[in-house]
Amino acid sequence: MKKKNWNLLIGGLLSGIMLLFIVVGFFYTPCSPEAMDNAAKFAGVSAKHLMGCDHFGRDIFSRILKGCGNTFIVAFGTVLIGTLCGIFLGAFTGYYGGVLDEILMRVNDAVFAFPSILLALVFVSLFGGGKYNIILALGIAFVPSFARIVRSEFIRCKNMDYVKSARLMGAGDLRIMFVHILPNVMPVLVSSVLIGFNNAVLAEAGMSYLGIGVQPPEASLGRMLSEAQSYLFSKPSMAFLPGLMIVLLVLGFSLMSEGLKRER
Amino acid sequence: MKWLERSGIRAPKSPGSNETLRKSHPTALRLRQSTLCRTPRGLADRIVRAVMLLEVKNLNIEFHDHDRPERAVCGLNLRMEAGEIVGIVGESGSGKSMSALAIAGLLSRKDITKQGEILFEGKDILNCSRSELRKLQGDDIAMIFQEPETSLNPLKKVGWQVEEALRLHTDLTKEGRRARALEVLRKAELQDAEKVYDSYPHHLSGGMRQRVMIAAAMACRPKLLIADEPTTALDVTIQAQIVKLLKKIREEQHTAVLFISHDLSLIRQLCERVLVMQAGHLIEEGAVEEVFRSPGQEYTKKLIGAIPEIPAACETRGKFER
Repeated sequence: MKKKNWNLLIGGLLSGIMLLFIVVGFFYTPCSPEAMDNAAKFAGVSAKHLMGCDHFGRDIFSRILKGCGNTFIVAFGTVLIGTLCGIFLGAFTGYYGGVLDEILMRVNDAVFAFPSILLALVFVSLFGGGKYNIILALGIAFVPSFARIVRSEFIRCKNMDYVKSARLMGAGDLRIMFVHILPNVMPVLVSSVLIGFNNAVLAEAGMSYLGIGVQPPEASLGRMLSEAQSYLFSKPSMAFLPGLMIVLLVLGFSLMSEGLKRER
Repeated sequence: MKWLERSGIRAPKSPGSNETLRKSHPTALRLRQSTLCRTPRGLADRIVRAVMLLEVKNLNIEFHDHDRPERAVCGLNLRMEAGEIVGIVGESGSGKSMSALAIAGLLSRKDITKQGEILFEGKDILNCSRSELRKLQGDDIAMIFQEPETSLNPLKKVGWQVEEALRLHTDLTKEGRRARALEVLRKAELQDAEKVYDSYPHHLSGGMRQRVMIAAAMACRPKLLIADEPTTALDVTIQAQIVKLLKKIREEQHTAVLFISHDLSLIRQLCERVLVMQAGHLIEEGAVEEVFRSPGQEYTKKLIGAIPEIPAACETRGKFER
């Protein structure tokens, strides 16, 4: 009998639960995540506030639901931009090679050499903060790593016999790149996308923690952590709960990518 | 004779003396002689050219990826009539595969220089634009590779891959393509073509995959099929079947086959004419039986000598049975 792929199973389950959480958060939260209730400052666990309230009397559970969603949007957008640009850059440079390849890859290296946080900071100081700018900033910082992976896979695949035989059937370059080669790049790309997603979650948390990501009063996991740091001893659950959510989100996706690697 | 000019056949140089033609292209010679008495010589040569499917003239291929250029093919001349089976034989590195790739139009690396002419039905495919070449590739020229393991895309269904050439060169509908794909799969002697159509390459054995490759190559009824050591990765019984299949296809569809191999015995089974290559040079050319009977070059003799003989086959079988 085939050995069970526990990584994939647990990772998938965890990510599934988190995704459910996020989807619910988009449409329904028990209280408004931004409504302040002076009477409920630092309220404990009750039927009304499942996880208690923060220093403004906002319901932590609702904020976590909403915050997961925001973090997810930022991470998803980042990875989407990174992957799409990465696929295009990687495909063209890897398939054609030559001078264009050299130039683009050196630019790539230059971007890669910058710490992504620093790059995003520069971007934010130029164009201002906020959810959508941070997506763009992180997205650009994520392009090089995806471009590299796609490029190396394209270089590996372009000399395969099936690519030759596709060319021999008269297929054009674009068709060969995106119909014949791209599916073969996918297995490697998917697991790196999952890892990239983790990094994006952590980067978003970092950005929001520094105060340049998602802007108050909107909730995001990183924002909640940064707000909680002043009350770390008086109300540890305020920091612990969003932190736990970040850990679970990252753990689910990295287990899944580990499991997918095993499947391959 | 006007149709010849209209069909865009270029004014030829003389395709060679009667004597050389008699050896290599009996059909062309017969045509020339039958028309010679009635038409001026130039026109007769045009007809010869019309019969000629492929003409490689003084092909040179050089690599420039090191300090000193390396020559892979040196002044190769080759002629093929429509429907003819020609074998190219030679050891590894003799330039036979490079020639095949050049004829198929697959040598596009920038560090390779190609000189000479490759005329396919009078059109120079070595020096024409890529888009013109693409119209021929898959439609009129098809190729089978050595490794059936890697020559099929592992993530696409077999049927999809057989249909690829049809998708690119014909206006057939989805159903039409499917019907045609099933037809060629059956022609390639694959049992249960429907099942093969819906399976992935890793479901198939090496021999089946090579049959699929042949089917995919034959989908658009090409005029020229280049087979680059198609049987090297297969075991002996499958080799024989594939050779038989190629022979059958050629008889049914009148496809010319350029068969490249290092195995002279296979070439003897399949081909009418053989070219012997060594270190990039064409050193001998002629009808297969003639070359076998009286090889002109020391190298050819050695190649023939290298064919393992199995005279004691019956005896060994006897031993095992005992």
